[in-house]
Amino acid sequence: MKALSQKRRHPLAALALLVMGLMLTGGLYAVVTTVNEAKADTTTYSAHEVEEGEKLFIANCATCHGLGASGTDAGPSLAGVGAAAVDFQVGTGRMPMQMQGPQAREKPKQFTTEQTREMAAYVATLGDGPALPAEEYIDGEGDAAAGGELFRVNCAMCHNAAAAGGALTRGKFAPSLAGVSNSHVYSAMVTGPQNMPVFNDANITPEGKRDIITFLNTIENQGNPGGAKLGSLGPVSEGLFLWTAVLGVIIGFTIWLTSRTS
Amino acid sequence: MGNHSDGTPTSSDAVAKAGHDEVDKFQDPGLAPHRLRLADTDPKAAKRAERQVAWLFIISIAGTLLFFVAYFGIRLDDTFGTLRLQNTFLGLGVAFAMLGIGTGIVHWARALMPDHEVAEERHELRTEEDRLAALKIVDDIIDETGIKRRPLIRNTLIGAVALAPLPAIAIFRDLGPLPGDSLRHTLWKEGERLARDPDGTPIKASDVTIGSAFHVIPESLNSLEHGKLNAKAKAVVLLMRLDPQDLNPSEGREDWSYNGIVAYSKICTHVGCPVALYEQQTHHLLCPCHQSTFDLTQECKVIFGPAVRPLPQLPITVDADGYLVAQSDFHEPVGPSFWERG
Repeated sequence: MKALSQKRRHPLAALALLVMGLMLTGGLYAVVTTVNEAKADTTTYSAHEVEEGEKLFIANCATCHGLGASGTDAGPSLAGVGAAAVDFQVGTGRMPMQMQGPQAREKPKQFTTEQTREMAAYVATLGDGPALPAEEYIDGEGDAAAGGELFRVNCAMCHNAAAAGGALTRGKFAPSLAGVSNSHVYSAMVTGPQNMPVFNDANITPEGKRDIITFLNTIENQGNPGGAKLGSLGPVSEGLFLWTAVLGVIIGFTIWLTSRTS
Repeated sequence: MGNHSDGTPTSSDAVAKAGHDEVDKFQDPGLAPHRLRLADTDPKAAKRAERQVAWLFIISIAGTLLFFVAYFGIRLDDTFGTLRLQNTFLGLGVAFAMLGIGTGIVHWARALMPDHEVAEERHELRTEEDRLAALKIVDDIIDETGIKRRPLIRNTLIGAVALAPLPAIAIFRDLGPLPGDSLRHTLWKEGERLARDPDGTPIKASDVTIGSAFHVIPESLNSLEHGKLNAKAKAVVLLMRLDPQDLNPSEGREDWSYNGIVAYSKICTHVGCPVALYEQQTHHLLCPCHQSTFDLTQECKVIFGPAVRPLPQLPITVDADGYLVAQSDFHEPVGPSFWERG
């Protein structure tokens, strides 16, 4: 350590610091992307699954959503929300909610895939609603360019042009779409969870949704051609980086320029 | 290495004689004693500094070479990976090339070039002689041109100077026609079908389920040959369906919606960003640029942020085939306020 502190006035110290800073920033943002997993589904449920789902529902959900899912002051009725809504809300850990708040946050999921499916089976019996997406629409093999255009028109204003998420009013926000499974992206579009509007099949066709999913997979997997993307949040993070890191380097240089040589 | 300064201040005596004789309040301390640098006294240190400067220049040379190695050496395939790799090394190469030269020259100047201090005396701000000399120049000009004695020349000159800027008006007129009333009208007209952005397919009222948000353009937009983007920028609409009980239409606007389906201009009345962040539970519309928030249940009244006007509503109904159509154009100009709008 002492050797290091003696070297701190070395003429090359500023240069070395600059290089270290550049490397560190670049390294921090080179985050490895996770691979989306697609999920198999058949939309027919056995009577046993519905029965098990009802038990799980009464034990875990009825406090807020009411017995028979008819809704209470604390939670809406679930008649007609469909299996897709259950798969999204429970499968991403948003439900059961930890507490009332502006928005149910994503958290580690509380139920196994099987239990989620059973609850979806039960809720699907309460009324017609969006079913789980068919395998052919969540394979991510659509037209990424067409999906990009649909995404920019319909999704980018809230979820950011690079799907990095963004703020809404009064503590709510549109989450980042990185790492969200294809089937959950599809379910979110057809059910409109929380404050997200519904994008039904008349608005964006199933093929269009498949293209959007393909676009999301593409931008997630191909990386960023420009190097450090600073969260893809636009002027906020880029401005912060310029004001702190880059201005810091400039100030360092001016101090060096005007300091006395030993 | 023989051209070092010996560090003697060369012109500090000019400052040392402090001010006027009668003022004795403040003594100019003069320059601080000169401190010799290591390289001034120790030839070894000078040699070392010389090598350091040379190394910085060599780093610059290496940076330029790195640029060309990356430019020609990295084969770009169809993935972003190689592009990112090349961009990184191009950037690092140029950065080192520039930094090496810059830091090298600065280090050279700081460690090796003469470092004698020089003080410059401040000049008097304005002298009477300068003022009189300037006045004399003006008088000379008036006298020698004879502009007072020759009114013909003077008047024709005034005429020429007054006319000369007129061509500029003609040139600036060519920048384009005045906007006229184009800010007050959009593509919407009676019977114009509401269509999906971007493909332009018309929307049936039954397609719009509760909680839905459609991004809408006029059906005739995509067949425009000229000015499509300008027309789109004014005409874009956000279509949403609420429970009809949540809408509280004011008098005269009760029939502007259809079964809880409402259409509002997407152009923020503040500075014109697209307001498309629709929260389907709170029925708030948020503008992402400056957080202006509009309440759909109060005819898009501004409830937060810098916007001052509500979003203009597009009156809609359905045609015989069940497609949503506009009843008319917007009843007020869309987008931000402008000078003539009042």
